[in-house]
Amino acid sequence: MAWKVMHIQEQIRYYIVENFLFGSNGLDDKDSFLEHGVVDSTGVLELLLFAEETFGITVDDQEILPENFDSISNLAGYVTRKLDCFCEMDTRTLGEL
Amino acid sequence: MTYADVEALANKLANALIAHDVGRGDRVAIYLPNCAEAVVAIFAALKASTIFTSINSTTKFDKLSYILNDCRATALVSHASRRSMIGRLCAEVPSLKFVALAGAEGGEDDSTELIELERSMVSLAEVLQEFPSDRPPRMCIDIDLAAIIYTSGSTGRPKGVMCTHLNMISASTSIIQYLENVPEDIIINVLPLSFDYGLYQVLMAFQVGATLVLERGFAYPAAILNRMEAERITGFPGVPTIFAMLLQIDLSRWDLTSLRYLTNTAAALPVTHVQQLREAFPQATLYSMYGLTECKRVSYLPPGELDRRPGSVGVAIPNTEVWIEDEQGHRVEPGEVGELVVRGSHVMQGYWELPEETARTFRPGRYPGQRLLYTGDLFTMDEEGFLYFVSRKDDIIKSRGEKVSPKEVEDVLHRLEGVIEATVVGVPDPLLGQAIKAYVVSKDGVGLTEKQVLRHCATHLEDFMVPKHVEFCDSLPKTSSGKISRMSLRA
Repeated sequence: MAWKVMHIQEQIRYYIVENFLFGSNGLDDKDSFLEHGVVDSTGVLELLLFAEETFGITVDDQEILPENFDSISNLAGYVTRKLDCFCEMDTRTLGEL
Repeated sequence: MTYADVEALANKLANALIAHDVGRGDRVAIYLPNCAEAVVAIFAALKASTIFTSINSTTKFDKLSYILNDCRATALVSHASRRSMIGRLCAEVPSLKFVALAGAEGGEDDSTELIELERSMVSLAEVLQEFPSDRPPRMCIDIDLAAIIYTSGSTGRPKGVMCTHLNMISASTSIIQYLENVPEDIIINVLPLSFDYGLYQVLMAFQVGATLVLERGFAYPAAILNRMEAERITGFPGVPTIFAMLLQIDLSRWDLTSLRYLTNTAAALPVTHVQQLREAFPQATLYSMYGLTECKRVSYLPPGELDRRPGSVGVAIPNTEVWIEDEQGHRVEPGEVGELVVRGSHVMQGYWELPEETARTFRPGRYPGQRLLYTGDLFTMDEEGFLYFVSRKDDIIKSRGEKVSPKEVEDVLHRLEGVIEATVVGVPDPLLGQAIKAYVVSKDGVGLTEKQVLRHCATHLEDFMVPKHVEFCDSLPKTSSGKISRMSLRA
């Protein structure tokens, strides 16, 4: 499990550094994107698209919250929870077959 | 917080300012994101008979230092998370003598540099404990300056619009009248207080005694919608970018039936968005408005006219007169294009210490001492006096509802090593209205990348000024006089 979170976190970090920090690397995983001026109001929408496209998840409108998106670790945690949710559903469906 | 709480805290900070010899007519800069302390600081500055200036919290060091030196600020209220930047700032801004930091642990900052500079940096929390909550005596009158609001200018340097108490109260009284604000209103403000549209949400709420819910922005729409539902929000001021984001969301998940009105300004809403917003909020009234910092607000479209004239920004706000002039100064006929001129007690005093620019924009009015505002915006007016925006006379870009000076962005681009020349234009963008696009000619062999350009911009500019697109080219198109032709790049 831990390796998966790590992997997701690294992918998110890479994306943030490349697209929002334009290559500079001074952000901690727990730093708030908003407070550090990393993303602005429309930047969050880009982040959302990235998460959907990269990890194949669907972000529910009600989930566009700071606790899910406002730092590298928050986003990694959120993506992990979403992916786990899908895994459980798949397992159950297969079991029923 | 109750009004009594804000009153007591603002009195305390006002008394602290006075005790530090910051008094009538001095400038107090507020460099904070939207938070209760920012509101307390505004009223404290006013109570101490000083002039406040609220600076966007994403402003970077160079511009912040420019603004503080431009208005020779003597006091600054900011946050402890900016402590190191403010330490550097104290060295650059000789006029500063008092700095209060929200979120600080407490105690006077005894760093040797500050002692050498004879400045004091104190914890705001401690000030709010130490000083008395008695209301300080009022020293100013209503034709004194209350605020300087910085706005982007075509020269690339921000200019400070000087606002008297009378100007601001005239503007807010007029707006309150047509929005029919009442003490029962609960207004949510996601707009920065450095932006006059955001600032007036505070002033108007305080004037009528309404409830104000202050948010740091609209970045997380679900968080704002949760808040709107929980607080039973009645008033929601926004700009087209915010409404475009809102319309991408399935709003049926939230109970927003408490909403009485929505307001839009800063740029026109696309007609399709007007329709979608009315469908999404059938019980709420939508106000399309137009204004500029130089007089706060010019016009609003009475909601009953939305169906007939969805593309109009309406008629003059109460207690305001508007007309359209051609280049020779003659009033034009209905349907003809000309510059919009505004007359009213909300027309501000001019630009701080910029007499030439002031004379160009604020011209003598009908009676001695009056000023007319020449907006620099081209409009038409129909037979019944309804206004239709045509375009700007200058190159100012409107992105995310905020004015961006191409020159200011270009000056930053020119400071990047390897850039020979650069220009920026506004290109249509569904979310931002206009997105900023930079054209850059770089030196051969430097290998400048888009990322380097964007990183440089993000380090020196407020977030809404950072280009969205960068294109490298061999040369920039020029006019016959050798100036860069932005027109041909936009085409």
